Amino acid sequence: MSTVFRQVLDQITRVRGVRGAMLVAGEDGLIVAESLMEGVRGNAVAALAASLQKRFRQAMEVAAGGMSHFLHLQGEGGTLIIVPAPDGILVVTVGTPDMNVGLVRLEMLRAAELIS
Amino acid sequence: MTETRAVEAWTLEPLERFVEEAGARLTLLMTPAGQVLAQHGFTRAVDVMSAAALRAAIVASTGEIARMLDQQEFATLNHQGVQHGIFLGAFETPRGGLLALVVYGPDSSVGLVQLFFEELAQGLIAAAPTEEQPKAVLAANFEEELNRSLASLFGR
Repeated sequence: MSTVFRQVLDQITRVRGVRGAMLVAGEDGLIVAESLMEGVRGNAVAALAASLQKRFRQAMEVAAGGMSHFLHLQGEGGTLIIVPAPDGILVVTVGTPDMNVGLVRLEMLRAAELIS
Repeated sequence: MTETRAVEAWTLEPLERFVEEAGARLTLLMTPAGQVLAQHGFTRAVDVMSAAALRAAIVASTGEIARMLDQQEFATLNHQGVQHGIFLGAFETPRGGLLALVVYGPDSSVGLVQLFFEELAQGLIAAAPTEEQPKAVLAANFEEELNRSLASLFGR
């Protein structure tokens, strides 16, 4: 894994409640780099997150909302956050329901900026 | 709506689920010998035959590359186009080896196909009947078997 990728993932996973962070190829749904806790199915999250982001992007285009910057899904058992970087890479984070979303968002936006 | 059809009924449910989840446009499930067990999305027998033949050519070429690299044959292959991608995967079941050829469009991705391909393999391994051995297609009844398979695959 490249140093930059490792650094940005470390910054995200340092936040309390984060169970894993990944950089995903948005079009392919494949993992580019990852830092995940045991038990997180990285390839499944990557593929489904990329598919979800694609659908939301289409919805935003139809609604003339422009490019989406942040996608936050809150479930009973966990949280999924997706931040698209300008070059087609997605920054994806999974965490506990009580994860500090504000701080994670900040780190993810910073990561998207750094890798693009 | 395009139908999923199978020569061997046990392949139908896992394949239907795979097509729906992975968003596959075309899928062929066959044996390494080229016998088609199930298909989704094909409307003409000639297309199935062409796809099966092209699949054999791809596997032969990449098998040769693997041999040159001094390694085992590739378990999965993906060819990404602008609009469509082709995914080829192989796995073992109690009924012998099976191969899948999947064509997916821009509404899917190689990640999704790969993910649900694993589930397809698990589903087929679980569904494969173990007591009944696969029938050998003998030269004597080859044409009859072929016609029966095509009738099953295209509902004629």
